[in-house]
Amino acid sequence: MAQQAGETEFTLDTAAELASDEPASTIRGRSPWYLAWHRLRRNYVAFAFLVLFVVVLAACALAPVYASQVAHSGPNANHVLETVKVNGHEVSVVSAGGYIDKKTGKPCTVSGTGCELFSAIPIGPTWFSAGGKFVLGADANGRDVAVRLLYGGRSSLVVGIGSTAICVFFAVILALLSGYFGGWIDFVITRFFDLFYAFPVVLLGIALGSALAINGFHHFGINIESGSLWIPTLVISYVLVPYVGRPLRGQVLSLREKEFVEAAISQGASPMRVMFSELLPNITSSLLVFFTLIIANNIVLEAALSFLGAGVQPPTASWGTLIADGQNLIVTRPWLALAPGIAIVLTVLSLNVFGDGLRDALDPRAKIKIEH
Amino acid sequence: MATFLVRRSIGAILVCIAVTFVVFLIFIVVPGGDPAQRIAGKNATPQNIINIRHSWGFDQPFYTQYWVMLKKMFGGNLVSYTSQQNVLTQIVQGMPATFSLTIGASIIWLFFGILVGVLSAITAGRLSDRVITVLALIGISMPVFWLGIITRYYLAEGGLVTWFPDGEYVGITQSPVQWLSHMILPWLVLAVLFIGFYGRVLRGNILDTINEDYVRTAKSKGLTPRRILVKHVLRTSLIPIVTLFGLDFAAVLGGGAILTETVFDLHGVGQYAELSINNFDLPPIMGVTMYGAFFIVVFSMIVDLFYAYLDPRIRPT
Amino acid sequence: MEPGGALMAERLLEVEDLSVHFATVDGTVKAVDGVSFELERGKVLGIVGESGSGKSVTAMTLMGLTRDVNAHFGGEVRYKGRNLLELSESEMQGYRGNEIGMIFQDPMTSLNPVYRIGEQIVEAIQAHDKVDKRVAKRRAVELLKQVGIPNPESRVDDFPHQFSGGMRQRAMIAMALSCNPDVLIADEPTTALDVTIQAQIIELIGRLKDDFNSAVIMITHDLGVVAEIADEIIVMYAGRVVEQAEKRDLFYDPQMPYTWGLLGSIPRLDRPKPERLHSIKGAPPSVINAPAGCKFRPRCPHAFEKCVDEPALENRVEKPGHLDRCWLDVEVKRALRDATISGDTQEAA
Ligand SMILES: Nc1ncnc2c1ncn2[C@@H]1O[C@H](COP(=O)(O)OP(=O)(O)OP(=O)(O)O)[C@@H](O)[C@H]1O
Ligand SMILES: [Mg+2]
Repeated sequence: MAQQAGETEFTLDTAAELASDEPASTIRGRSPWYLAWHRLRRNYVAFAFLVLFVVVLAACALAPVYASQVAHSGPNANHVLETVKVNGHEVSVVSAGGYIDKKTGKPCTVSGTGCELFSAIPIGPTWFSAGGKFVLGADANGRDVAVRLLYGGRSSLVVGIGSTAICVFFAVILALLSGYFGGWIDFVITRFFDLFYAFPVVLLGIALGSALAINGFHHFGINIESGSLWIPTLVISYVLVPYVGRPLRGQVLSLREKEFVEAAISQGASPMRVMFSELLPNITSSLLVFFTLIIANNIVLEAALSFLGAGVQPPTASWGTLIADGQNLIVTRPWLALAPGIAIVLTVLSLNVFGDGLRDALDPRAKIKIEH
Repeated sequence: MATFLVRRSIGAILVCIAVTFVVFLIFIVVPGGDPAQRIAGKNATPQNIINIRHSWGFDQPFYTQYWVMLKKMFGGNLVSYTSQQNVLTQIVQGMPATFSLTIGASIIWLFFGILVGVLSAITAGRLSDRVITVLALIGISMPVFWLGIITRYYLAEGGLVTWFPDGEYVGITQSPVQWLSHMILPWLVLAVLFIGFYGRVLRGNILDTINEDYVRTAKSKGLTPRRILVKHVLRTSLIPIVTLFGLDFAAVLGGGAILTETVFDLHGVGQYAELSINNFDLPPIMGVTMYGAFFIVVFSMIVDLFYAYLDPRIRPT
Repeated sequence: MEPGGALMAERLLEVEDLSVHFATVDGTVKAVDGVSFELERGKVLGIVGESGSGKSVTAMTLMGLTRDVNAHFGGEVRYKGRNLLELSESEMQGYRGNEIGMIFQDPMTSLNPVYRIGEQIVEAIQAHDKVDKRVAKRRAVELLKQVGIPNPESRVDDFPHQFSGGMRQRAMIAMALSCNPDVLIADEPTTALDVTIQAQIIELIGRLKDDFNSAVIMITHDLGVVAEIADEIIVMYAGRVVEQAEKRDLFYDPQMPYTWGLLGSIPRLDRPKPERLHSIKGAPPSVINAPAGCKFRPRCPHAFEKCVDEPALENRVEKPGHLDRCWLDVEVKRALRDATISGDTQEAA
């Protein structure tokens, strides 16, 4: 394509001429970012899901307001011995246990095959009939699940977004260094990637998470205590660096051969300049897509690690630990496990759908075919 | 061909050695504090800790410690400190369940993944494609352990119906019928994520390949649409899927299905690691991590060989 | 039909007022707009134009390769009297490769990298002739020999990546001719090749056209390529035909300033090599938002008021059958042209 003889020459005169002939918007519209935005704007589904994500973000950000104004409780406040008025009746938050029928969730008298013994049974969802208290019920410790769900969302989102930011940051640096310099730098970095590809991601995360969960991390002047959210954040960002870095390196490598990069280098631009003002801007569109999809991925990974006890540590709530708590009470109080799961699915789905729309908008090959 | 094999094998061995070093760093060096106490777990007696310190050589220099760890790992002498059981024996005991889970689920996810990908690609832009896309994205967005808990409760424990037996693994030699009925739900749950993911990847690959010049050439020869799709489009679109499948298969075989195994109580290799997490009993986690890495390294080698077979351009002559 | 007797050449293809529009998210792409031409057995038609002028879309439409959910067709493409645009997809399959064969621009990507050259030719043969594999393969070897591949018996089992660019294009030609089509479309068959190979390929196509007694549509952006073998040439710009004439007339009496530009792009041995090829200033027009009036107006150095209306494609010179779309007075134009093409004075500055 580049060597076609009909190559044209675009001078300022002709540009001005063209501009006067065509509506200004179509000229400016040629920018790929504008076109992408133009396409994205018409993708109502992607937009609706973006709104959904923003709503989830806002709800979790407002967790303290909900806790103090609506539920009158805190994320770790224990109400085991208290009672609450539901539709005018006093009900204990956690009642004494007994045999429960698995099918109906109602108490049963004999310990038949369908019955299971529970030590304590928390109150179920009150759906606002208790003045905003225990909207989704309580857990075995008498804590308000709705409050914990919002606070748990905060941890999950902080870990998910934080780990993505850190992971993408390092992946980009490594990809730029590797793709730009090549040679032994590239060799070392790609070997590093290969090495971490050799571990199942979840296992590596669990290994790191559980090894660090005991004493925290104390090296190189960095001190992280064992219960900190930094541990799952760093663990997740660390295990995913190769998965983001490798495809990015491939892109940088192919950009590196492009004329405009060669030109910048031959004009004596410093490596820093080439990397950050020539190469980086050209991978931003994939970065944007990656960013969205990796946040989604990391929220699920965080939930998995926390569910297994290798992520966010109790008593801090996160969607993963909430599901783990709910698993034990699934027969009597299924909402304890359903609610955080639905929260994860909605959040992750919104990011995945939006990310998908973003990719289609930025890279419309599938829709418009350009032949030469 | 022979040189390719030799080179690739040497590479694999080097990666394995590097993996042991990473495991050493993760479990012994990086966490800080007293490694003996950590390995001993939460409920260790002081005597236990002193024994561990001695048997792992934590009073010795760095390289001796590494060497001791290698000897323990490859000599099959890794011992869990809470249950005092040999890690290797436990892993071997978990393998039938893990292998059953992996092989069954992978057949399901490969078949349906390809089906979903092809269906949505050939109807790209139409309603069916949109519906499939949304379903696939929902599949990708569901945490597998949550899906497992929910389906187990509603479909096996009687929350709604009791179509499936409730968890646990029954050996295939013990009762093939029981084995099958116990595995179906875990297979489906584990496969859901992969079906969605493979479907999306394949759809993208097919849509890219359809725009390739050689597909246009095939069309210009007057071939039937089916032949073009199967021989020209799918043949090349499936090459990346082969790589993906090999590595995912290895990861799940190597304990990557830890969540599914745990939720359905299958007593596989992954669940073995999970049971140790809450006691902070590290040797089993170490053992399973190594075991998982081994499968990935071996399978990535197989995938490379197969890849060279599928793509003549990189076939060594 | 005019009376013509036995000597009257057989008219294979008649394209009438063909238009191809694509609906895209960014707007309607009028890739081809009102194109008409005819092709007789034994003739070579050249289609020339810049990148994006709609040459490939025209060619691919003849074979039904542009059919898509977002494509809209107008006009007629009559092949031996049948309108191909009205055929169903499965009817069209019978024409592809069998009646009309096509060679593409980039031989590097036009062959499937995972199949042997022979397999790909055999596949083309078996698509239309129910012959068994061994017979088809023998024919493939024969074809490779005809297109000048050395050792065809062994090379037939090579993969595309083991062939050089020129050899791949020869293999493509063998494949396109494997079912003995009456029309061969060559879409920039030489663009990706180096200059010495280009001439050989053009010569080969010309020779095979006679051997196979077919007609050829040769697409190129470089008038030099068709100078040898074309009988008639049409010049396309922004999806439209802007000039159409017999080869001699087009070279010696070009009417469109756009054609002058194309002629000026041909490197000439009799002049010192300029710094860069004489080229037409400005970007090729957008086929989404094409300017009203003459499409070439924004880049034409001789545009005047009248160009705001689009001129019809009609005969304006003495020679019948020489059509163009330019408002300029023929005599004025000839004077301007001679100054533009032969005088590289302004170009040297
Ligand atoms: N399927 C399609 N959908 C939308 N636009 C298309 C499609 N196919 C071609 N086009 C557009 O139609 C225009 C004409 O394209 P065409 O490929 O015919 O140009 P060309 O003259 O062959 O150019 P080149 O010399 O680069 O091969 C281009 O602007 C192209 O982007
Ligand atoms: Mg073209």
